[in-house]
Amino acid sequence: MTQRVGIEVSRAVAIAAKLANVDVIAAYPITPQTHIVEDLSEMVASGELDAAYVPVESEHSAMSCCLGSAAVGARTFTATSSQGMELMHEVLYVASSMRFPIVMAVANRALSAPISIWGDHSDVMSVRDTGWIQIFVANGQEAFDNTLCAFRIAEDHRALLPVMIHMDGFQLTHVIEPIYLEDQSDVEKFLPQNEYPLPLDPDKPVTMGAFGPPDIYTEIKKAQAVALTSSKEVILEAWKEFGDIFGRYYSPLQCYRCEEAKVLLLTMGSFSETAMSAVDAMREDGHAVGLINLTLWRPFPFTEIRQAVKDADVLVVFDRALSFGGPGGPVCSEVRSALYDLNKRPKVVGFVGGLGGRVVSIAGFKEIIERGTKIAKEGSDQEFEMFGVRE
Amino acid sequence: MTESEGKPTWQQIEIGAIITEPGSARQYQTGDWRTQRPTYEHERCIKCGLCSIYCPEGCIGPNEEGYFEADLFYCKGCGICARECWTKAITMVEEE
Repeated sequence: MTQRVGIEVSRAVAIAAKLANVDVIAAYPITPQTHIVEDLSEMVASGELDAAYVPVESEHSAMSCCLGSAAVGARTFTATSSQGMELMHEVLYVASSMRFPIVMAVANRALSAPISIWGDHSDVMSVRDTGWIQIFVANGQEAFDNTLCAFRIAEDHRALLPVMIHMDGFQLTHVIEPIYLEDQSDVEKFLPQNEYPLPLDPDKPVTMGAFGPPDIYTEIKKAQAVALTSSKEVILEAWKEFGDIFGRYYSPLQCYRCEEAKVLLLTMGSFSETAMSAVDAMREDGHAVGLINLTLWRPFPFTEIRQAVKDADVLVVFDRALSFGGPGGPVCSEVRSALYDLNKRPKVVGFVGGLGGRVVSIAGFKEIIERGTKIAKEGSDQEFEMFGVRE
Repeated sequence: MTESEGKPTWQQIEIGAIITEPGSARQYQTGDWRTQRPTYEHERCIKCGLCSIYCPEGCIGPNEEGYFEADLFYCKGCGICARECWTKAITMVEEE
């Protein structure tokens, strides 16, 4: 029986990995991801989960171990955060280039210096171009559901790509939420066995990770780029089938009260739910505002974004990361670029905030929408604004 | 497009660029990296094989008469054989 229980989101993610019957977990603990892998190590130690838990000496080793595990066709899971993800950075590219279906939960956290264990999206943005499928979740149920979906997507033979599930550190990982924990039998219906097409096998030897001289490297990268872009179809199918079985449907972006909205706000992750409350309050006051909660970060949903904003005059984009010396937040610059070629497009205004665990309240999002609308009308001599900074 | 003749298109690349054919590195001609090539004075060669031991490419072996020579399909022209040959039987000359 499906149970709805009050549970810490990290623990629900660990349960999702268990329900997915993972074969190998290789991980190194780092706040605020620790509870996920801690729970999994206990499940393996107690015999509740029949898997190999590899307590490696660093995140670089964690991802390297995941490569080996995925190469033999084992279902592979890990989790990390912030500095840990930076340490595994070079191996992230290897995972996607070698097309290994590894699933990784990422507890989004700021980067040093100064040392901050609190949440923002700096770590995500530094791995934006590593070739992984990247999905953001806004609450605990989405974290549980998308961890299951991630295995289905990653292992689909049309995709064969690693998947990151991004969940805000502390603001999601450490909160207790009511979450439907699904039945093992239903999960097994949704999630077939992992059948990696060309695993390492002594009876049928292959070479993995060979070098690619200039006369082949470009073709290999083209094949990888096409695989990531076209994985969107696989993601949409997986979400559809997940919804048909479990009743909860997901999409690349969620439009919240966007009908007739002239001003739209775009956010990612758990802040989207706070922003929804701000939209509710402003709608009650008669303002035609709406929210786009962006779920699918890679592959980027160009068509859906263009469709979602086509009738708006202003699009305010809120980033939880800084691109130093650049055009503002990475999400804002991406969205602006996606809209540039359209004949009719909203004015795009960028804000950066919520850095290193700084809270943005409902009143804060109201202020961002109002300020963004004003900048759209009057212009600004800045490329973007940092919200909530003391001056 | 003569340059790409016989080379795979992006659609033909195996998943993750996995190589399914064993020993395919043999087809890789490293000889075209060469700017110098070894030449031999057989009257000085004592057939000790020291050159083949030092060759980092592993491309030196005895010919039908027992003289050690490099396989120029693989020889990169590094000159280590010429340096190590203690009877000075090997001389590196510029490729034309």
